[in-house]
Amino acid sequence: MSARDEVLTRVRAALQESDGAAAPELRGAMSAQAPVPRDYRAAGEDPPGSAAVIDLLDERVADYRAEVHRVAPHEIGTTVARILEGSSAVVVPSGLDAGWTSELAASGTALLTDSREAPLDVQTLDGADGVVTAARVAIAETGTIVLDGEPDQGRRAISLVPDLHVCVVRHDQAVQTVPEAVRLLAEHPERPQTWISGPSATSDIELVRVEGVHGPRTLHVLLVG
Amino acid sequence: MSTYLGLPTLRRKGDAGGRATPSGTRPDEPFGPVPHPDDPLRWGETFPQAARAALGNDQMRANLGHATSTIRAKRASVVGEVPDWEALRDAGAAIKTHVMAGLPDLLEELERNVTARGGVVHWARDAAEANRIVAELVRAAGVDEVVKVKSMATQEIGLNEALAEAGIAATETDLAELIVQLADDMPSHILVPAIHRNREEIRRIFLERMADAPADLTDAPRELAMAARAHLRRKFLTAKVAISGANFAVADTGTLSVVESEGNGRMCLTLPETLITVMGIEKLVPTFTDLEVFLQTLPRSSTGERMNPYTSLWTGVTPGDGPQKFHLVLLDNGRTRALADDVGRAALHCIRCSACLNVCPVYERVGGHAYGSVYPGPIGAVLTPQLTGSSGHGDPNSSLPFASTLCGACYDVCPVKIDIPSLLVHLRARVADEDRGRRVPTGWGAAMKAASAVMSDGGRFALAEKGTVVARILAGRKGYVRHLPFPASAWTASRDLPAPAKQTFRDWWAKEHEQPGERSDR
Ligand code: SF4
Repeated sequence: MSARDEVLTRVRAALQESDGAAAPELRGAMSAQAPVPRDYRAAGEDPPGSAAVIDLLDERVADYRAEVHRVAPHEIGTTVARILEGSSAVVVPSGLDAGWTSELAASGTALLTDSREAPLDVQTLDGADGVVTAARVAIAETGTIVLDGEPDQGRRAISLVPDLHVCVVRHDQAVQTVPEAVRLLAEHPERPQTWISGPSATSDIELVRVEGVHGPRTLHVLLVG
Repeated sequence: MSTYLGLPTLRRKGDAGGRATPSGTRPDEPFGPVPHPDDPLRWGETFPQAARAALGNDQMRANLGHATSTIRAKRASVVGEVPDWEALRDAGAAIKTHVMAGLPDLLEELERNVTARGGVVHWARDAAEANRIVAELVRAAGVDEVVKVKSMATQEIGLNEALAEAGIAATETDLAELIVQLADDMPSHILVPAIHRNREEIRRIFLERMADAPADLTDAPRELAMAARAHLRRKFLTAKVAISGANFAVADTGTLSVVESEGNGRMCLTLPETLITVMGIEKLVPTFTDLEVFLQTLPRSSTGERMNPYTSLWTGVTPGDGPQKFHLVLLDNGRTRALADDVGRAALHCIRCSACLNVCPVYERVGGHAYGSVYPGPIGAVLTPQLTGSSGHGDPNSSLPFASTLCGACYDVCPVKIDIPSLLVHLRARVADEDRGRRVPTGWGAAMKAASAVMSDGGRFALAEKGTVVARILAGRKGYVRHLPFPASAWTASRDLPAPAKQTFRDWWAKEHEQPGERSDR
């Protein structure tokens, strides 16, 4: 018998041997017949993009020691240029709004365009000073931004290897709760997702949180609206 | 280890450098005696013996006490701010119940969806088969070096040692795993494997074992983390093959997920050409939206953060983005044995958050190594003997169900509501039954039975608290309890008292085991 068939046979035999509820005092062993109780919040009390959600997102992202910038749409280019001032090369995904980086380019920084069709090699990414991307959705309660690899966010590698990440989030992309974001992302589960909550960090030494390990050590989030 | 050259440790199974003591430790090991097991799920002495030895290690106890109290406070604060926490726990528990009941179909569904998206699914009956599959895949990729992101499944099967035997060097890239690997140590916690080390010890390990560590390295956590970043950077950027575990696999989409902090996971999951993921067959969730439950409860329960810095989700192969070859190894290795058992099945619900370790008064005192398994702490005490099966009297794993005060803290924090204390009582009763079958004339089996009956009945529980039934059975044992052979050794029997555990346990332990003058760390 193949390993596959044997494992599946064992699983089926195991399920016949026990219904998992023979010992009623095992409080964890509930019935598999009853539907899953979903009494948790499927959405927050504040609608996506509302002032309350943006304020909470701002607070929670900043709590991870990421830098939050509240800007109007016409201020994106100036803010990006200011954050990346003096950079020699910055990576941009091919679908990024060109207006976001035109001021930066005008100041003499080289823009390195990356796409699935024409990917930059990892050494080039490593040599870049930073990367600018859009986002798919942001979760206020957890201070999380999610990228799903579409052309304005780019391949997963470009938001990973450069040491500084500037992420632009529109107000209408911000939801209050995790379920709201997951249900939106479930429309395209096949897209590679990266959930980002602050700069890379570790708590492996005495459980003290230290920001900045292998991922970008600096994260700037622009909240635009 | 004076010949250490900064290369990954190529420790082979059972290779203790000719310096092993009978208990499998090396007393001359520069970073303290560490276990070197042949079997990652069964090493060392029985729990009471190992616990007694561990209690002599003041440094480790201080490190652990500091770390676990920090994480407990963080967890309590971020869980407290979630208004629907209990509803999330209920949903998590129910989803896992459904997963176990529907496992065969869900596994086939996962396989179909991963395959449809360009992944290759492999099945492994046991550790040896999984290790062989991985080694062959690495060889087929034409390399002898791989990077790894921390994974309990690969620790459980001893993958690094098996790869070393096949001439393949595996570099652990999680900071705590790197510390453990450099020190040639064993992990002592499922989330923070080097939790038993403090910053000064880590500094010494880096200076002595990491060839490129800066000579002026201090013990500031930030500096230590930066040293690890520099050390691993080139490996990440040049690795051809990565090996990972998975926190969740979604049956209805074929999506895999890894939850991490440092970005080493993203490096492994994104940059190499080939990704090999080894995953226990119980790690499934039925639908993509089920993630909305666990991606809330796992981070808050494990690191005490609202969300961990990075969560990656991928589905098979994405053309032009990330590894273009993806292999998923589905691992049994005792899980179907556990599944056939009520206790085992409940234990398979575990999402490895480690909250139960951090709140456990026994774990906090004795540390992870005393459990003799890569799965320590309350859940390890249940899961380990279920995965291995118990070979009965004398099997060190038979003592694990006694490694608890039954105080209930682990149940209260478990994000999938595994009733660990009740499971432990069941397992204890079984050990007692087995021994009665052997007619071991200790009489302790009666105490076990009595305690177990008491634990499962509220009325009798109250009676016992007044000190009538169980206390009388146990009272006569106190004087000589330390001198009985396992499993009557000890604390085991007397800890079956449903006492308000933490303080009582400590008092009891202090009285029974601490030498005069030894600090009690309270
Ligand atoms: S048993 Fe529960 S609390 Fe313990 S590690 Fe598993 S999920 Fe977490």
